[in-house]
Amino acid sequence: MSEQLKVPTMAEYMAEGKQPEVLFWVGCAGSFDDRAKKITKAFVKILNKSNVDFAVLGTEEGCTGDPAKRSGNEFLFQMQAMTNIEVLNAYEITKIVTTCPHCFNTMKNEYPELGGKYEVMHHTQFLKSLLNDGRLTIEGGQFKGKRITFHDPCFLGRGNGVYEAPRDLIRKLDAELVEMKSCKSRGLCCGAGGAQMFKDAEKGDKEINVERTEEAMEIKPEIIAAGCPFCNTMMTDGVKAKDQESKIEVMDIAELIANADDL
Amino acid sequence: MNYIPNILFAIALIIGIGYFANNIRKLFRNIKLGQDVDVSDNTSQRWKNMINIALGQSKMVKRPVSGFLHVIVYVGFIIINIEVLEIIIDGLFGSHRIFSELLPTSVYGFLIASFEILAALVFVSVVIFWIRRNVIKIQRFWKAEMKGWPKSDGNIILYIEMILMALFLVMNATDTAFQSMNSGNVISQFIAPLFSGLPEVTIAVIERSAWWLHILGILGFLNYLYFSKHLHILLAFPNTYYGKVKPKGQLDNLVAVTKEVKMMMDPDADPYAAAPEEDADEIPAKFGASDVQDLNWVQLLNAYTCTECGRCTNECPANITGKKLSPRKIMMDTRDRLEEVGKNIDANKGVFVDDGKQLLDDYITREELWACTSCNACVEACPVSIDPLSIIMDMRRYLVMEQSAAPMELNNMMTNIENNAAPWPYNQMDRLNWKNE
Repeated sequence: MSEQLKVPTMAEYMAEGKQPEVLFWVGCAGSFDDRAKKITKAFVKILNKSNVDFAVLGTEEGCTGDPAKRSGNEFLFQMQAMTNIEVLNAYEITKIVTTCPHCFNTMKNEYPELGGKYEVMHHTQFLKSLLNDGRLTIEGGQFKGKRITFHDPCFLGRGNGVYEAPRDLIRKLDAELVEMKSCKSRGLCCGAGGAQMFKDAEKGDKEINVERTEEAMEIKPEIIAAGCPFCNTMMTDGVKAKDQESKIEVMDIAELIANADDL
Repeated sequence: MNYIPNILFAIALIIGIGYFANNIRKLFRNIKLGQDVDVSDNTSQRWKNMINIALGQSKMVKRPVSGFLHVIVYVGFIIINIEVLEIIIDGLFGSHRIFSELLPTSVYGFLIASFEILAALVFVSVVIFWIRRNVIKIQRFWKAEMKGWPKSDGNIILYIEMILMALFLVMNATDTAFQSMNSGNVISQFIAPLFSGLPEVTIAVIERSAWWLHILGILGFLNYLYFSKHLHILLAFPNTYYGKVKPKGQLDNLVAVTKEVKMMMDPDADPYAAAPEEDADEIPAKFGASDVQDLNWVQLLNAYTCTECGRCTNECPANITGKKLSPRKIMMDTRDRLEEVGKNIDANKGVFVDDGKQLLDDYITREELWACTSCNACVEACPVSIDPLSIIMDMRRYLVMEQSAAPMELNNMMTNIENNAAPWPYNQMDRLNWKNE
C-alpha cells in the first residue's frame, strides 16, 4: 500500500456539511474478510483514481440482514434493515454502490418497502457507468490476451438480471472472455448463497464449489473473475481443492481493473 | 331407435364434462385453502408473461430438443381439438362430418389435412418422449421422487396420446366416404390400404369404433387430468399469469414482522400496552409455513401446475452435488399433501380434521430445506413460472421463528449479527480498520 487510501466517512462529510455523490456500502465481508478486504481496497483505489466523491458509513454500517433473511429469520433481518435505513435516511443517502451482490440485492429490492428507497448499484455497474462517462479508462495491461471466465453471482445475475456490466469490463481489459457451460441465467451457484456460507453443506457426493470449479477447469481459464466476495472465497477454495492454484487465479473485477492500471 | 347413439353420446358427454367440472371445483377449493396474496399489481407484465411463457412456450424451447417436440404436441393438441367440435356436433345430432357439408371441400380438406399431419407429428413426438424416458433414461426422469406413480403417470399420458392420435388417423382411414372425397386424407390414405381387404361392413364397424373410442378417450383423458401431473395443460396459463413479477432475488417482507419491529424500535411505544383490539385477527397464527394451509394460494397453484419435468432439479446446485434437496420434490410434496388435506375435508363434511400430519417432516425434511442456496436456478429453469424457492423460504421461516430450529452454525451466525452487526464475531467498531491495514 504505497499510497494512502482516501476513505472519508459520512460522519466526516456531515461535519463538513457536504454530501457525497455516492455511498460505498462495504459490507461485512468487505470489512472483515481478509480476502474480501483486498477487493474493497482495489475498488477504493479505482474510486480515488477516478476522483469519485464517495463516503462510507464505517462503524455505522451493519449487516444488511441478508443471511438472516435467507436463513428464515425475518425478525433479525427487519431489525437490521430498519437500523440501517434509519442511518441511511438520516444522512439523506440517495445513491449506494456496493461490492457485494447480497447487500446489493437486499438494499435494492427488500429495503424500499421498509422505508429505504435508494438507487443501488453493484460495483461492476458503477464502474461501467464511470467508463461510459469517460471518468475511468481501462487498459489491458498484464491481463491483455489472458483467458478469463466470469462466474455469475446468483444475486447479481439471475437475482437481478445483471449479466453484461461485468463482462463489458472484462472485454475492456483486452482479455479473452470465455464462458463456462452454465453461465448467465443458467450460471451455477458457488454454494455460498442462502446463508450456506456460514454452515457446512448437507450430506452429498460433492461440494458445490468443487463442482463449479470443475466446470471452470473444462474451459481452461487463467483467471476466474468474480463479482461477489462469497463467490470469491468459494471459488478460491474450489481451486485449492482441485490443486489448480498454480494455473488459475480467482480475482474480483475491481481487482482486475485496479491491477491492470498498477494501482 | 335411431336416436340411441345420440342419446348415448349426450350421456357420455354430460358424465365426462360433469365429473371433470366437479373435480375442477375441488381443485379451486383446495387452492383457496392457501393464504391470500395480493397479485393485482403489474397487470400488463402478467399478461405478457402468460402470452410469452404459456402461450408462446418461450421457456420450453430453452432446451431445444424437448422444447421443439413439446411445441409440436402442444400445437397439435390445440389445433386437433377443433376436430372435437365437429365430433361433438356429429355425435349429438347424428350428422356425419358436418363441417364437410358446411365448408367448401377445399377448406375442409385443408383443415383435415392439417389435423392429420399434426396427428402424425404428435404421434412421432410422443414416441420420442417415451424413448427419452424409458430407453435413453434421461437422468431427470429417474430421480428418487420419480419412482412409482409419478413414473407410471408420465408413461400413461404418453400411451393415451399415442392411442388418441392413432384412433383419429384410423377413423379417417376407414371412413370410405371421406377417403373417396380424396381431399385432406394426406396421411390416412396411406393407412387405408391396411384395411382394403376387409369387407365393407367390417371397415364401417372399425370406423365407428375408432370414432367412439376417440371421443370417449378424449373425455377420459380430460378426467384423467385431475389425477395427474398433466393438469399443467390448463394451469400453466393462470400460473404464468400469477407467477413472480419482481426480481428473482427479492423475497417478500413479512408484514406482521414489520409491525412488531417498528414497535420495538419506537422509543415512544408502551411495552405494557395491550394489543389494540382491531389487530387481534390480523396477527397470523404462525410465522412461516409448516403445512399447506400456511402457504399462499399462488404457491398451491404452483404445486398443481407442476408437470414434474425436473428441469428445476436438473439445475439445482444442491441436487447436482448429491444432496437430498430436489425442487421438483418440494412441489410434488406440496401437491400431495394438499390433495391429502382436500380428501380429509371431503371425508369430514367440509371441515379439516387434524390428521397428525403436516408438510414439514412428514413430506419435506429439514435436511432438504437447509440444503438450498437460494440461487434461483430452479425458478429460472421452470417453464411455467413455478417458484419452489418461496416454499423453501417459508418453511425455513417456520423452523427459525416458530421452532428456533436452525442449524447450530446458523444460530451462531445470527447471534453474531444481533451482537455485533456482522455474521462473524468482529467488533462493529473495527469495521473501518481495513483502511489502514
